[in-house]
Amino acid sequence: MTTENLIWLIPLPPLISFALIVLFTNKNKALSHTVAISAAFLSWLGAMIVFVRALGVEHFGEHPFASSINWLPTGDTWLKVGVLIDPLGAAVLFFVAWTILMIFLYSVGYHNFGQPAGDHDHAGLPPHGATVHGHTVLSVEPMYSRFFAFISLFAFGMFTLVVSDSLLTLFVGWEIMGLCSYLLIGFWYAKPSARAAGIKAFMTTRIGDVFMLLGIAFLYSVTGTLSFREIFTEEILHTLASVPSGVFGLSAAGLIGLLLFIGTVGKSAQFPLHVWLPDAMEGPTPVSAMIHAATMVSAGVYAVIRMFPLLSMDEKTMTVVAFIGAFTAIFAATIAVAQNDIKRVLAYSTISQLGFMIAALGIGAYVAAAFHLITHAFFKALLFLGSGSVIHGMEHGVFHTGNHKVDPQDMFNMGGLKDKMPITFWTFLIGGFALSGFPLVTAGFWSKDEILADAWGHHHYIVFATLAIAAFFTAFYTMRQITLTFLGSPRTEEAKHAHETPWTMTTPLVVLAFFAVTYGWVGIPEHFPVLGPLVNNNWFHDFVGHTLEHVPEAPEFSWIPLLTSLVVALGGLGLGWFVYKDVKSVEQDKFQISFLKNKYYFDELYEVVFINPAYWVAENVIYKFMDQGVIDGVLHIFGPVTDKIGSAIRNYFDVPVVNQFIGDGSAEVAWWFGKNLRPIQTGRIQQYFILSLVVIFVVGGLLYYILTLA
Amino acid sequence: MIPLSWYLTFAAALFSIGLFGALSRRNMVAILLGVELMLNAVNVNLVAFWRYGDVAQMAGQVFAIIVFAVAAAEVAVGLALVISVYRRHNTVIAEELDLMKW
Amino acid sequence: MTTEQIIFLIVAGATLASGLLVVTSRNLIHAALWLVATLFGVAIVYTLLNAGFMAVVQVVVYIGAIAILFIFAVMLTRKDMRDSGAQLNSNWWAGALMAVLTFGGLFAMLRTWGGMSKTAAEIPAGFDQIAELGAQLTSPEAYVLPFEVASVLLLAAMVGAVYLAFNKK
Repeated sequence: MTTENLIWLIPLPPLISFALIVLFTNKNKALSHTVAISAAFLSWLGAMIVFVRALGVEHFGEHPFASSINWLPTGDTWLKVGVLIDPLGAAVLFFVAWTILMIFLYSVGYHNFGQPAGDHDHAGLPPHGATVHGHTVLSVEPMYSRFFAFISLFAFGMFTLVVSDSLLTLFVGWEIMGLCSYLLIGFWYAKPSARAAGIKAFMTTRIGDVFMLLGIAFLYSVTGTLSFREIFTEEILHTLASVPSGVFGLSAAGLIGLLLFIGTVGKSAQFPLHVWLPDAMEGPTPVSAMIHAATMVSAGVYAVIRMFPLLSMDEKTMTVVAFIGAFTAIFAATIAVAQNDIKRVLAYSTISQLGFMIAALGIGAYVAAAFHLITHAFFKALLFLGSGSVIHGMEHGVFHTGNHKVDPQDMFNMGGLKDKMPITFWTFLIGGFALSGFPLVTAGFWSKDEILADAWGHHHYIVFATLAIAAFFTAFYTMRQITLTFLGSPRTEEAKHAHETPWTMTTPLVVLAFFAVTYGWVGIPEHFPVLGPLVNNNWFHDFVGHTLEHVPEAPEFSWIPLLTSLVVALGGLGLGWFVYKDVKSVEQDKFQISFLKNKYYFDELYEVVFINPAYWVAENVIYKFMDQGVIDGVLHIFGPVTDKIGSAIRNYFDVPVVNQFIGDGSAEVAWWFGKNLRPIQTGRIQQYFILSLVVIFVVGGLLYYILTLA
Repeated sequence: MIPLSWYLTFAAALFSIGLFGALSRRNMVAILLGVELMLNAVNVNLVAFWRYGDVAQMAGQVFAIIVFAVAAAEVAVGLALVISVYRRHNTVIAEELDLMKW
Repeated sequence: MTTEQIIFLIVAGATLASGLLVVTSRNLIHAALWLVATLFGVAIVYTLLNAGFMAVVQVVVYIGAIAILFIFAVMLTRKDMRDSGAQLNSNWWAGALMAVLTFGGLFAMLRTWGGMSKTAAEIPAGFDQIAELGAQLTSPEAYVLPFEVASVLLLAAMVGAVYLAFNKK
């Protein structure tokens, strides 16, 4: 099979799996997960083949795999649908395929496959456990098959987005994921908080999507195409850069870039649309990993990296991007410090790390952004799955003690889990160190270092300083999390009875931990002391950089960013351990600052600024004024008027003309004829005979007259 | 030699007499008698046309024989009907049978 | 006027007269007997037309079978003969008008037709018309199909007549 055809097929298996599970295998849990994992595996296989073939192509950047077909006729032209795998696409496809496969596998264990059905479980709520021989054990998720159907669709959306060659199909995949995030965050729909979180995620990302759609429409109206390869030609980019948009003095390129970027702000949870992502923790943990690492938020960053040539046409847009990214990075990192829920820490960490990528893009560090996107996907997927494993272990403990008041997600209820859950601990440690940027061995170090080096090398000192501080906070809260969760001694009875999770959950952890370490080694800068000459070649920079027509220069090596990242990483980790190693309860935590704990009151702010006014407008303006006053008022005018017209038509047209003349008239005519013709129906055969003869004579006479005389 | 018109006129007269009988008699058997007269008139025509046309072509006589068969069938069924009606309604007067009246 | 013509006029007159009596006589038995007379007259007309076989068939089938059947039917419905009442219905004048119109129409058409006065050719010597009739009735090239259909018709009529007249009590 040609590589192009293979690329077309990559998104297909999860879609088929979705349809199969929904339509046929819904009743059978084992069959459902077999179908879903097989589909993920097929997609993974296709992605790996494509990736390996891509590695074998010389000058892959100039000769990417691309194919397209006509889709919708638009007058004389066609909207095309097509696939494109260039170096960036191949790199993204690689991590997407891996993480998706791992998350699928992990979901089997997470949803307690093989355990008995719960005593009081019902669809829409997390499983409550089942009683077996007097012990309470974990019970299987009631909507197990449904979960696999949804994440299959999710995977389809992501693969579609990655392989697409135009903004149109990218947007299709984008929206499918939007839907799936809503479905999966609200997966336990009987929980009001999960429902609310689903709606919040959907509404918030939708704000971004609307702007993105505007950007796409604007782009299409200016260039007449949405295909990446056609947009990113010198000619079109320069046209876009030279056409003024008439808004804020931006060029068309700048405005389009900004609009598309707002889409990403929504999808990747950047300030100020970050509020949905922590709430998205209401969904099952594999979903969190799916959204936060493998698919959705990565898709947002992927989209802006994709559109980088367009964004980079306008300085102002780039400044906005850099500002938003850097601000989000430090803003979310500070919030994460004060969170106690193990998943919420990671959620804010994700926002913060995405901010790093966006900031990197804003300062023009294209390769660094892509590199951090990929390393982050691996270690954040690892951390989420690890946290899910921890929660699972804690739930085991909760069932053991029977005290259901203990929140298995609160880190202050944990402690000392490293002996109970060794695989989870070590992999979580690797993930955490990668997140913190632990020097030399972890992937996170190399990608974050590259961002800092780029910021320094291109003289963006403010961004550099901001990111450095954010990185320090990152290391600090990561170590806080590891210390509280795994180190020290158990703080609760439940933590003492935590238990290592099954192989379906730990295997993905190990695989992802492998990548969280090794993936960084493909991007070691050439001029890095000792290691640089050893590997001799910054492969990742070389590979992905060639996606662009002008390969970005790797920054000059400088000791300052390197030392900075060493200091912030080690310093943050050290401080985190030092502060939290003896913390016994939440009261001893000095960072329970209400300002941070409440996320700078952004939810409350939005409540006051947007939601309450929206309710007020809905209640008073839309309902009371528009609906009841204007629309009902208009209707109340229409009612009598149409009633009058109707009566008039009825009285002066319908009744006399239609009913009496046409309706009754025709009936009366028929009745009159019937009444008067009735006597000839005598029932006497001889009279009929005479009548028919009369007719024969009349007709015959007429014919004779016409034929002979006339 | 008798002209063809004599035969045809004779047949037309016989047919008209039969027609009058079929139209005007009250008794159903008498109506059938009238029909028999009409059939005979037709037969006279057929045979006359045979005689005055190509004698080697026997079509006239053949059709006359077939009309015999039809007449026999008609009489058989017609009289059976008369008898059947007579059994049910105890009448053979055509005018009294007006079940198909409006 | 040849002898033949005189014979024809006499026979035709007698036949039409007895035909009138068929449709007018009060007593149905008389009417049936007058029908026999009429049919006999028609048989003579066949003879005048050199169709001897037809004349024989006329006598055998019509007089021998059909007329007798009528007489039986008349006798079976004897009780309701009503010799006394009117034998013509209330529309008899319309029937008479139709009959006259029919005859008038036919006669007018005959007068305008050119082939009316043609005379009959001599029947060739040695032409056996009975053999020819038999051959044509049974020849696939000629009239075997109408002949067979007629026989099926007779069969159907027979079955129908039996069914109708069958006393179900």
